[in-house]
Amino acid sequence: MKTDSQESMLNANMARRSFLRYAGVGVASVGLLATAASCHKDHKINPATNSIDLGAKGDIAILNYAYALEQLEAAFYLQVAATPYSGITSSETALLTDIRDHEVLHREFFKAALGANAIPALTPDFSSINFSNRASVLGAAAAFEDTGVSAYDGAGYLIDNSAYLLIAGKIVSVEARHAALIRNLITPGSFAGADVVDPTTSINKSATIADVLKIANTYLKTKVSAVNYGYKAS
Amino acid sequence: MNLFNIIEEIENIDPEVYGRISERRDVIKNITSFGSKVALAAMPFAIGTMFKKAYAQSSSTPSVVAILNYALTLEYLESAFYNAGKAKGTALIPAAAATNYFNQVTTDENNHVTFLQGVITSLGATPVSAPEIDLTAGNGSGAGPFADVLTNYQTFLAVAQVFEDTGVRAYKGQAANILANKAAAEGVKAGLYQTVLTAALGIHAVEARHASAIRQIRGATPWITSTATLGNDTGLGLVNANYDGEQNITQGGVNVTTLKNATGGSTTSVAVATAAFDEALSMEQVLGILQGSFLVKH
Repeated sequence: MKTDSQESMLNANMARRSFLRYAGVGVASVGLLATAASCHKDHKINPATNSIDLGAKGDIAILNYAYALEQLEAAFYLQVAATPYSGITSSETALLTDIRDHEVLHREFFKAALGANAIPALTPDFSSINFSNRASVLGAAAAFEDTGVSAYDGAGYLIDNSAYLLIAGKIVSVEARHAALIRNLITPGSFAGADVVDPTTSINKSATIADVLKIANTYLKTKVSAVNYGYKAS
Repeated sequence: MNLFNIIEEIENIDPEVYGRISERRDVIKNITSFGSKVALAAMPFAIGTMFKKAYAQSSSTPSVVAILNYALTLEYLESAFYNAGKAKGTALIPAAAATNYFNQVTTDENNHVTFLQGVITSLGATPVSAPEIDLTAGNGSGAGPFADVLTNYQTFLAVAQVFEDTGVRAYKGQAANILANKAAAEGVKAGLYQTVLTAALGIHAVEARHASAIRQIRGATPWITSTATLGNDTGLGLVNANYDGEQNITQGGVNVTTLKNATGGSTTSVAVATAAFDEALSMEQVLGILQGSFLVKH
């Protein structure tokens, strides 16, 4: 639903834009977004199973896939910053705070950009992580970042719209920067280790939606499925 | 929300924008039909679709082979740079830095060269030859602004960082061009589009890992932290063009500094907004920077 302030901003812009001479002539459907909006039922959590599906195949599903991962990362780093592990250095605090800020912004960006098509807030489950222990936190952080990079790389070809593909590219390289930092904090020199970068071609590994959601769901109370991409949370 | 400024800006650089989208008048009508279920906040993506359609047919997109040869040219440069540094041994690179950074990166860049040559050959095309390179950025004089690049470790590190950050931007700039070749690629061989795009994104991510690591060695933030007016955060004015545009704060029509931050505030700082999103450079921009400096132009 648009708000009053959005409405007045819109009106101010409309008044001075010549292309809006086309405005108000017809009230037909809006293509991609309206189609997706009509599938809005896909984007509600099923209370019986506490699960959600990414919905119909298409860019909105892929963007929601990214939004789900960013929600998870943001929640994780918010917790890390709120309950720092014992022995954390000031340098580590500064870096992990920066990463938290990036992930929260990624989350907020997808939420704003998807608007009515966004999936709801997911509830994380970090019970497997010991937030007071450095190795546990950094191990989880590396898993989130490396998984995020392989997720974006693996889903790029599923995006139809070049503007969204570019935005995914703008985000994935920042995730890769995070991943390299976290890995170096764990083991210096491991920023492009053979477990994440193919040692023969030096190409980052990519992962399917099914592979990624299987991992992500171990950190989520709200389970995410992508039935139209071959994955249903069990 | 600066949705409408997008059209204004495109009008500035492309006066024919209205002509281009005139065939899409239905869309134009509809983007103003806000009585529909589509929330205003969701519009950036609709706008993206509209412009994609308006420009898709008319722009001249490089072929997949041209894109791969461009990538190969950049990898030749990076690989030549690291191989030359490695050849200097501990006279240039401290042993610990070689172990923790340079050995890995040198291997990666050489692998990228081999991989791209192989892909281009497998497509029945001929990989470009290695360009004539001047690592001092002197266009063949060997006495450019980075004259001590192979004798002064600090200069070597600075150039490494600029190469990696620029490499990330260059690959990012080709994703949309590869997408524009989707039908052509699938016409050559089913699955080729996925293979090429995923490989390009995979190299892009590795360049970003390198960029992060080299920035850590230099004591910089692993991500590019720009100000409102300057993308370049290296302190080297000479490379402003390599970072130009990193100061962008508008993503998909959303000014991301207007989004709430991690500590409950209603706005986000420019530092966070620019660091959280890396920006692309076009082929023309990258070649404009490199030719006549690192790539010798006669």
